[in-house]
Amino acid sequence: MIAVRWWGWLVLCFLAPVFAQTQQQPLPKLTGRVNDLTGTLTAEQQATLEDKLAAFEARKGSQIVVLVVATTDPEDIVNYSYRVAHNWKLGRAKINDGALLIVAKNDRELRIEVGRALEGALTDLTAHRIISDTIVPLFRQGDFYGGINAGLDQMIRIADGEPLPPPDLEWRGSSEKNISHLVPFLFVAVFFGSVVLRSMFGRGLGALIAGVVSGGLVYFAGQSLFVALVAAVLAFLFALISGFSGGGMWSSYPRTGGWGGGFASGSGGAWRGGSGSAGGGFRGGGGDFNGGGASGRW
Amino acid sequence: MRAWCLACVAVLTFLMSGCGYSSLTRQDEDVKAAWSEVLNQYQRRADLIPNLVKVVQGYANQEQQVLIRVTAERAKAASSVQLTPELLNNPDAFAKFQQVQAQLAASVKQMIAVAEAYPDLKSNENFRDLQVQLEGTENRITVARQKYIEAVQGYNTTARALPNLLTAKLFDFQLKPNFSVANEQTISTPPTVDFGSPQPAAPAK
Repeated sequence: MIAVRWWGWLVLCFLAPVFAQTQQQPLPKLTGRVNDLTGTLTAEQQATLEDKLAAFEARKGSQIVVLVVATTDPEDIVNYSYRVAHNWKLGRAKINDGALLIVAKNDRELRIEVGRALEGALTDLTAHRIISDTIVPLFRQGDFYGGINAGLDQMIRIADGEPLPPPDLEWRGSSEKNISHLVPFLFVAVFFGSVVLRSMFGRGLGALIAGVVSGGLVYFAGQSLFVALVAAVLAFLFALISGFSGGGMWSSYPRTGGWGGGFASGSGGAWRGGSGSAGGGFRGGGGDFNGGGASGRW
Repeated sequence: MRAWCLACVAVLTFLMSGCGYSSLTRQDEDVKAAWSEVLNQYQRRADLIPNLVKVVQGYANQEQQVLIRVTAERAKAASSVQLTPELLNNPDAFAKFQQVQAQLAASVKQMIAVAEAYPDLKSNENFRDLQVQLEGTENRITVARQKYIEAVQGYNTTARALPNLLTAKLFDFQLKPNFSVANEQTISTPPTVDFGSPQPAAPAK
């Protein structure tokens, strides 16, 4: 009986990845502002739309992107579109002013996914009106370019009415965290800590430990490796020089930084993609979505 | 002796920062923030429903039963939204909250299904606008719940990893309840709202 259960469990374990895979299709790559996976739009049409959206982003800072796919199967367009927008990180980080116009051609469904900062102007209702009054009539006539073009025009016009930070603020959101509130705490900790550590381990080793610990603290408080190293060295020197304890053993290998050194210095906002920055690809700016927008059918 | 006391304090300070205390606190706050967003969106839905009820009433007053039930459940759901982040540590209250909201969602869905039988109501612009807004709110609830699930995952993983486990025990960081599987299924299939547009001969989806 138990054996049977085990077998069942094993089978389930093997099947689980299969089920998991059938639940959603892989995400398309973000190649530009206009991503047509169906070959519906001609190259010139894509370039026209691309230019329009690039001009809008340069002027307003907000990213609008188009995606045309054949189908969103097996997901519905709502989940799929959120997944795409979320993973492409459209819009600026912390401002979240991206928008995605997604068309599932064979499903005859479309959706406008709106980032939070644009929701004030581009509400669910507005998005729905753009879809049902502007885009859908043209799609019904088979005019996909016309529909997308007119829809984007309206989205841009409405998004222009949203008060947003100017484009040059793009990088400010992801600067390094402020260390200032940590400084007094560190001073006190190093001061007392060094006394204790020296009495326990002797001057050299105690100072070394104080340095490593302070460096680790600073590093885990979210600072970069460099700042952590500076803090470690400072704490080490302070603990070494200060006070007058009877000299313990002097261990002469100031390997400051210690375990902090093992980590890659990944702080500072890994995902701030530039707006068409040098070196090629267009990337999302780090924005997020919360499910706003509207869908429709034609 | 005094040195040892000081040493203990130093070691404790170190433990708190290095062995998970700060990440536990941070992720605890993340969970609370994600939960506030969930509540926020549920509140938004609760605010929307009275308008919807009013419009339906104007056209389909004979459907009293459904309308009354929706109104009653909305009131219950609205008061359950007052569940503060601290109550997240209470799985029972959490489960009850979920149940109340799920009931409301089902009743609203039923009300809309009933309303579909009234052509005048179906073509009423106000009704359609409210439907769009309701749909948007349901989507936001879905997303807010997804983000809550992710935040809880992060927190629970931290709280269970070995050095942090001790810190969590020491400072009484409990594991957070997450949305259960049954609910996740309803998440992945949000109630679809029919826009009342003529259905084209859609190709097999």
